[in-house]
Amino acid sequence: MKLSDIQSKVNSTFFKEHQKQLYQSLEDKHTTIEQMDDGDPLTSKMILNMGPQHPATHGVLRLVLQLDGETIEKVKLDIGYLHRGVEKIAENKTYQEFMPYTDRMDYLSPYSNNVALCTAVEKIASVEVPERAHYIRMIGCELARISSHLLWLGTMVMDAGAVSFFIWTFKEREKVYDIMDLLAGHRFTVSHSRIGGVANDITDEAMAAIKEFARDFPKEIKDYHKLLDRNRLFFDRNEAVGVLQTKDALAIGAAGPVLRATGYGYDIRKFAPYARYDEVEFGVPTRLEGDNLARYFVRMEEMTESIRIINQCIEKLPKGPVRTDNAKQAYPSKDEVYYSMEGMIHDFMMTDTGICPPEGAEAYHAVESPKGELGYFIQSDGTGHPWRLKINAPSFANLQVLENVLDGEMVADTVVIIGGLDPVMGEADK
Amino acid sequence: MNLELSDSLQLTIDELSDKYSDKLIEVYQSSGDTFARIEADALLDVCTFLKEEHHFVYLSDVIGTDRYTSDERFEVIYNLLSLKNRDRLFLKVRCNEENPEVDSVVPVWPGANWNEREVYDMFGIRFKNHPDHRRIFMPEDFQYFPLRKEFPLLGIKGSIELPNTTPDTE
Repeated sequence: MKLSDIQSKVNSTFFKEHQKQLYQSLEDKHTTIEQMDDGDPLTSKMILNMGPQHPATHGVLRLVLQLDGETIEKVKLDIGYLHRGVEKIAENKTYQEFMPYTDRMDYLSPYSNNVALCTAVEKIASVEVPERAHYIRMIGCELARISSHLLWLGTMVMDAGAVSFFIWTFKEREKVYDIMDLLAGHRFTVSHSRIGGVANDITDEAMAAIKEFARDFPKEIKDYHKLLDRNRLFFDRNEAVGVLQTKDALAIGAAGPVLRATGYGYDIRKFAPYARYDEVEFGVPTRLEGDNLARYFVRMEEMTESIRIINQCIEKLPKGPVRTDNAKQAYPSKDEVYYSMEGMIHDFMMTDTGICPPEGAEAYHAVESPKGELGYFIQSDGTGHPWRLKINAPSFANLQVLENVLDGEMVADTVVIIGGLDPVMGEADK
Repeated sequence: MNLELSDSLQLTIDELSDKYSDKLIEVYQSSGDTFARIEADALLDVCTFLKEEHHFVYLSDVIGTDRYTSDERFEVIYNLLSLKNRDRLFLKVRCNEENPEVDSVVPVWPGANWNEREVYDMFGIRFKNHPDHRRIFMPEDFQYFPLRKEFPLLGIKGSIELPNTTPDTE
């Protein structure tokens, strides 16, 4: 199919230049190695436009697929439909003010994003975080990982055709939301972490809920395994689908479980431990196959490891403050704000100016979010606003993987592969 | 230079300064991260050298920055990772304001493709020999580069008119 044919058929009414370049780019892909067959007497070739409004693309992802029968010859992705310019917003906000925006980046695991921003700011401004806050953050991050993986599991199995499974994983996810409500005061966009610690201590009620969840959840995982591990239908849909070799995964820059499913155990929690991950025991699950089934096993085992970490954190949770007691670096406690003049002034200063890292300082800090390496690069000009804040989003990296693994697959496997890579558009589009 | 480096990173920096003594401008540390700034024309050579000789096989991110009001206004920062030695190195190149252009590192790390497109989209820095040089977030019809410092938060020319902020006075 020629570009001129598509243009006449699509006949776009807005962003004409954008559409033209996208189709042109699709036409140019791989043209050095394969020749397009102009004849095509059976007219088996077509260009299929999937998304941005499509229930299986998990957000506003658009794929332009060139098909030969049922096989995908090549594919181009079009992203940016959820671009809100958060990096520009960050340059005009104080560090603490910007944190609620990070909740809306990877909205399936807001706790990890808060921690990622806070640890980066703490690194650039050399803020010490109390021991207890580290452990609370770890509990929150691991709960977020379980919540994110549960959504992936439900939707991925639903994409493969089993709808009832989605309800079961959401039943468990609901429990994590309730815990977040007790822990942070919000169910969804938690914003619990603060620069220099966390907003509030774990209440007894929240602690009881976490303990109950950590006790009951392994049984649920066992049930999931029982249903899927030897399920012929599930295997046939996922085995040898969307295969990625280790070499290619490293070259393209795959992140998180997608990289670990190809056999490379790259996990920031082990690579450069932050918080207190060096003091707890956990494994980094890896698989060698690199297909969708390997990604399933990696994420399932990660949930088990998360429960292990949570149990150890509860056991080790030290007593003490949850936020650094330095009014130049972190918000004072509410007791101080309401009953002392200095406390109120400091609270005002923190809100108005915020923390000011040294001029010319640069820092990069990454955490292992459920999707992979989530890093914040900050350049400071000595004021309360970052001069430049760059977010290294794992979903962005994994979507680039998608553009590469889809070539040569069957069109029916597209949704399964998207489900297996688990991208979140809020994060990829920034 | 007074740097606190791991042995393997020290070796990398030493060999880098030996081999590319005239191309390496500075090496410094900030908040525990190591940055090396090089001449833009040596970028591909240095990247190939780092990947082949020092195991920097994983490109984590490409960052663009706008050093507004400074000479050589734009800077591109490559976030490199040596998985074998557990080192992270930031490689920097600068380019001027009139015609910002640096070499594309896609031949070295294919994953740089989208990251470089993002830098182009946000700052207008062009990448020489990039295989798919298009914008990534904004549509092709958009004429501005939003993360440049002079780009306003509100009131972009040609966009939908903003609602009246003072409704009482017409």
